[in-house]
Amino acid sequence: MHWWLPPKASTFAGPIDGLFIAILIITGVAFVLVEAGLIWFTIRYRSRPGRKAFYTHGNTRAEVIWTAIPAVTMVALGLISNHYWVEIKGRNSVPANAYPIGIHAKQFEWQITYPGPDGQLGTADDFTVRNQLHVPVGRPIVAHLSSEDVIHSFYVPQFRVRQDVVPGMEIKAWFQPTVPGTYELGCSQLCGLGHYRMRAQVFVHTQAEFDAWMKQAAQEATQ
Amino acid sequence: MTTVAATGHLAHAHHDDRPFIRKYIFSTDHKIIGIQFLFVSLFFLLVGGLLAMQMRWQLGFPGKPIPGGGILPDTMAPGGVILPEYYIQLVTMHGTFMVFFAIMPLLVGVYANFLIPLKIGTHDMAFPRINMWSFWSFFAAGLVMLASLFVPDGAARAGWTMYVPLSARHDLSGASLGQELWSVSIILVGLSSILGSLNYISTIINNRAPGMTWFRLPLSVWSLFITAILGLLALPVLSGAAIMLLFDQVLSTHFFDPAAGGQALLWQHLFWFFGHPEVYILILPAMGMVSDIIANGSRKPIFGYHSMVFAIVAIGFLGWIVWGHHMFVSGMNPTLGSSFMVSTLIIAVPSAVKVFNWMGTMWRGNLKFTVPMLNATAFVAMFVIGGLSGIYMAATPVDMFIHDTYFIVAHLHYVLFGGSLFALFGAIVYWYPKMFGRMMSERWGKVHFWLTFIFYNCTFFPMHITGMAGEMRRLYDPNQYTFLQPYQPMREFISISAFLLFATQLIFFVNFWWSLFKGKKADQNPWHDNGLEWSLPAPAPHGNWEKVPTVYRGPYEFSHPQAREDYLPQYVKLPTDREPASAPAAAH
Repeated sequence: MHWWLPPKASTFAGPIDGLFIAILIITGVAFVLVEAGLIWFTIRYRSRPGRKAFYTHGNTRAEVIWTAIPAVTMVALGLISNHYWVEIKGRNSVPANAYPIGIHAKQFEWQITYPGPDGQLGTADDFTVRNQLHVPVGRPIVAHLSSEDVIHSFYVPQFRVRQDVVPGMEIKAWFQPTVPGTYELGCSQLCGLGHYRMRAQVFVHTQAEFDAWMKQAAQEATQ
Repeated sequence: MTTVAATGHLAHAHHDDRPFIRKYIFSTDHKIIGIQFLFVSLFFLLVGGLLAMQMRWQLGFPGKPIPGGGILPDTMAPGGVILPEYYIQLVTMHGTFMVFFAIMPLLVGVYANFLIPLKIGTHDMAFPRINMWSFWSFFAAGLVMLASLFVPDGAARAGWTMYVPLSARHDLSGASLGQELWSVSIILVGLSSILGSLNYISTIINNRAPGMTWFRLPLSVWSLFITAILGLLALPVLSGAAIMLLFDQVLSTHFFDPAAGGQALLWQHLFWFFGHPEVYILILPAMGMVSDIIANGSRKPIFGYHSMVFAIVAIGFLGWIVWGHHMFVSGMNPTLGSSFMVSTLIIAVPSAVKVFNWMGTMWRGNLKFTVPMLNATAFVAMFVIGGLSGIYMAATPVDMFIHDTYFIVAHLHYVLFGGSLFALFGAIVYWYPKMFGRMMSERWGKVHFWLTFIFYNCTFFPMHITGMAGEMRRLYDPNQYTFLQPYQPMREFISISAFLLFATQLIFFVNFWWSLFKGKKADQNPWHDNGLEWSLPAPAPHGNWEKVPTVYRGPYEFSHPQAREDYLPQYVKLPTDREPASAPAAAH
């Protein structure tokens, strides 16, 4: 059990964790100021015999300051966040060379369709594997997400990537794994009584391993 | 002053001689209706809590039988072990009961009804019979929702947000009648809110006492006014959506069924277009009542009254253009995500202004930590945490990681429990004497406050940590995921804290009921407050005043240099005060 974000395993993790830390600092400062202030006031100004409250209705300058500072901070945070948002989810964010994988969600499994040796989805050499996502490291992957029945959500915490999978829509979500290893893909949208066990394994291979796996899996699929 | 009685129905200001059933059951008296809402919604608060306890049992001790769980039928928990299909019913119904049948009616049903006429100085609501219907349609809605727990296929199980197609298609959810009863109940609860809101708005606009100008209204009334506007505009959207959902469920329409050409995201847009104003419906009245209590407890005028009003109004406007922040990863156009992010971050500003003004009010005050003041201070301290954690979700890239995890569960409980419920514990104690003529026990109130404060934080703070680890919401058994298994001790700690938190609430319930019969008799103005309601005897009589008081000043004139006491009620005339030029509305 560690008290921090999961290990980073995609190119999104760097900027998202950076943004998380930036917000942690901003909110941390605000949190400490407010809570320390409250504690200080409750001790310093608590009622004692003979104490009289200071009669005032407020202070315009103070109002302007504590309206302006949060406003400027929030707009700045919005601009920075939006920069990364456009890179991650923007309409034209999917890199042209991204490797396509079809992910079809249904109660309660992930059907993962690989493009086969030709690297193209929608051709005869495609094959489908249940609950196993194999991807090469260091290359952008684009998942073509579709759903059979209800809304599911594609979530790999170490990749910091999440995208709802909506019936009636085909949604593209891309990510680029950076660290070989095995991870878990979970459903993060309540999808029925088996929601809690709708998981798949994610294998991030080196390119050579991935090619070998692909060759073997394609062969097994045609048999 | 009996000559005033000639002006009509205020003749019976002291005495309600109608039969019992008209007086206490089908009552049109705003105070009785408020008390009816109080009893019924406290009951639903208990129901919501019991559902949460069962959830926490499963999460803390997965697969083990609940102690005493043998009474649950085999369709829910055979041998006391909770089934996955029961667990998601618990998730759904806990959220539903807490939002629609506990927090919302406690804040609005109880305090808009009870406080508005008393605080603005009028005999009753503008439309007392509509007000009665507002309670009874809420009551019917509650019975329907309660009944849905006991139907053969079980209760609704698509989360309180009821995302389609899971909620619309019985073959996908596994529930049938339970899902339909949910829709029926929500339509009724929407009706209740619409009727109530109509009344609160009309009353505040038309029935203010002479001299009660807009900027002399207490902040509780301001916030209830804006809340009522939000309710009047938002609830019809929910009711409309719930009617469409019910049609999909029983008439085989396909509004939300993509397989037949419907739209799955349409429900989310409708639900959150209601749902985000709803979030402010659930916090604005709490903010307003906390403002009243903090000014009273600090013996100081509220700091920046006008900014406080403008902040409430700003939240009321901005609340309409932020709903998309619930849908950043839903598949909605990502460009919309950008604009919803900006509006969401901006709505943090009026909330921050309110926090700073509460602190400004306490600054150099003469702080008297009565039970209401303790709870109000805790409200500020906890609301800050809930507000700040909202910023993580507002930043879209971070939201992509923490959306639908326990981080957001922590966030919403810091706002709804740490915020709204602490405010309610304060408000219930504060206005208890005016409702029932007796005081609640101060000592047990303090014990309840401190234990609640500790166990509440032990319950909800660690959820930020499991959320950061990526623990998804609404999982029957998180240990299915290898990366979540190490967090089982933390889940167990949360569960034990939650049980203690629940047990602590028994102190409150006993204090509430015991004080009803045995509490100390209340003075007319036990908190030395300035509001008009404190000019009435405790409990306030039917019809409130024979002659409504005249208002000479704002509601927060504490420690006024010209006053002998450290408070100066709105209805007290100083030699320098002039009579108001004319009543804002013909006072009947």
